[in-house]
Amino acid sequence: MAGMVPDQTPATSGDGYRRVVGPLLLPTWAMIGIFLVVPVALMAVYSFLTKEFRGGVDWQFSLAAYDQFFLNRGLFGDEPPVMEWTYITIFWRSIWQAAVATALCLAIGFPTAWFIATRPANTRGIWLFLITIPYWVNLLIRTVSLKFLIRDNGPLNEALMGAGLIDGPLPLVNTNLAVQLGLFYSYLPFMVLPVYAAVERYNFAYSEAAADLYASRWVTLREIVLPIVKPGIVAGCLLVFIPSLGAFLAPDLLGGAKTFMIGSLIDEQFKGSLGNWPFGAAVSMILMTLVMIALLVYARSTAKGGAA
Amino acid sequence: MKFRLSALALLMASPAFAEGELKVYHWFEYIPQELVDKFTAETGITVTIDTYDSNESMLASLKAGKLGQYDVAVPGDYMVQIMGAEGLLDSFTPEELPNFGNIDPKWIDVPFDPGRKSSIPYQWGSTAFSVNRDVYTGDINTLAMIFNPPEELKGKINVLDSQGEVLALGSIYMGIPQCSTDKEQLKALSDMLVAAKANWASFGSDTAKDVLVSGDAAAGMIYNGFSAKARAEGANVEYAYPKEGYVVWMDNMVLLKDAPNRDNALKFMNFLLQPENAAAVTNYAAYTSGVMGVEPFLDEAIKSSPENNPPATAPAGSFIQVCDEEAQKLYDAIWINLKK
Repeated sequence: MAGMVPDQTPATSGDGYRRVVGPLLLPTWAMIGIFLVVPVALMAVYSFLTKEFRGGVDWQFSLAAYDQFFLNRGLFGDEPPVMEWTYITIFWRSIWQAAVATALCLAIGFPTAWFIATRPANTRGIWLFLITIPYWVNLLIRTVSLKFLIRDNGPLNEALMGAGLIDGPLPLVNTNLAVQLGLFYSYLPFMVLPVYAAVERYNFAYSEAAADLYASRWVTLREIVLPIVKPGIVAGCLLVFIPSLGAFLAPDLLGGAKTFMIGSLIDEQFKGSLGNWPFGAAVSMILMTLVMIALLVYARSTAKGGAA
Repeated sequence: MKFRLSALALLMASPAFAEGELKVYHWFEYIPQELVDKFTAETGITVTIDTYDSNESMLASLKAGKLGQYDVAVPGDYMVQIMGAEGLLDSFTPEELPNFGNIDPKWIDVPFDPGRKSSIPYQWGSTAFSVNRDVYTGDINTLAMIFNPPEELKGKINVLDSQGEVLALGSIYMGIPQCSTDKEQLKALSDMLVAAKANWASFGSDTAKDVLVSGDAAAGMIYNGFSAKARAEGANVEYAYPKEGYVVWMDNMVLLKDAPNRDNALKFMNFLLQPENAAAVTNYAAYTSGVMGVEPFLDEAIKSSPENNPPATAPAGSFIQVCDEEAQKLYDAIWINLKK
């Protein structure tokens, strides 16, 4: 048998494992390749190309997109370059909106998840089901509906005025608050579900033990509950914060599209009158890099925390 | 995309039976079928219509290999100019169209096709703004309603989320030429827009009618036909023809380069220049024809609509100009700065 092709040699357990599992992993690799690597690679390549005047790209290497993002050479491009704040402002606004939305989601989502997890086991499914029902409806339609609710002559303001609580309508629509509400409403279940999963596994005997040792409710929450359900909270925050960062439906419809958010800025580069594909790709790359850095920093800090 | 389109074009290429055929590349829902049938009955020419939903997608597919498949298309004003510059248009002489004289003289020397060498008017409309008359009762025929609004309208204004239209109307308000590259003028335009924005509630194009009907906005930049629809839906809005000027747009039927049935294309264009036929398109699409003598054939509602009938005192509107790349860059920067 000597001299045969290598894979005829006696199989180690590792080889056998590879032979069986390797092909089974193909769908995973295909999935990652087609839906992750190829699109991101395309984006990276396009961000370094030269833009064509009326949309599209010229296959010439160029740093113009990144130059436009970071350097301001004046309206006519004839001034010495200084730091460009326009796009950083847009990024900062988006990050702030997403952070507020995440905080709102946590403030409402955590008690909700706690409530569901403390119901009798046979009714929890119904509560979770109720949480998901509104999300069977398309995001666009839910966002427009929210606008109907909060507009100046909408039911919310009419009810408040009818009850004599306010004299004139609360200006809600076309404000930052409306955008934050919209993001909160869009992504709430992404907070509730992972937090619920964590709280459900929490052993309530710990709380009883803490109470027996004279810990106040606040101390029990801070010292016992939160550290144990923290992974669920972190997962929920990431799931809300990251899509909120790139959202453009809520800012456009509820915020009145008065200011660019990261999402609408990118959208405009491809569909709108600005038509600058390399710049749209570059903004996407920068956003992705920022998110990646934030995740890495978090991962390292938790790794250290675990080791200590 | 390009490859797919050219493959499609190859598949669709059929032996040219130049006699009796006409290939039209048209907007969706922009010509009544009865009118097409009438043309076929009169001439025996079979008409095939393919449709598109934006000027840009039409341009892209013609450039990607469909040129030579179609005889005529219906681009908007600025797109006529771009297609002309890209060499996609054939030209004709007025003598080739017996009804050329029916074109309203004001639509002959248009900036996007001076003298009408490649195109004929199809339908046109305008872009200005409408004001809710329950909220503001004064004179509305000035662009100050949008750019320096009275107290009643402050914070209740919607503007189109469209760079071309906002910057063009702003330039008209300030008396600055479009596609200017003058530093002082552009700085002034940018400052004026930033100051005006403080009084605006929202930017939105496809919502422009809805916000007027719902009352979210008391004034809004809008297209004339869209404003007529807002009025029909119960909003007490009046469409303004501002004294400083306003934006007009026109869709035009163009003769395409390498048209397989050039003679039939000219017959069809000539057919559409007959007042009765032009009126049929207007009755269907609810805009305005560029042909003289259509009035006896128009539906009463369209004929009398205030949105389609500028007051005698209204100035002429201006088309959005096609800026070169250098000027366009400046306008892009102003727009980004406005929305940053």
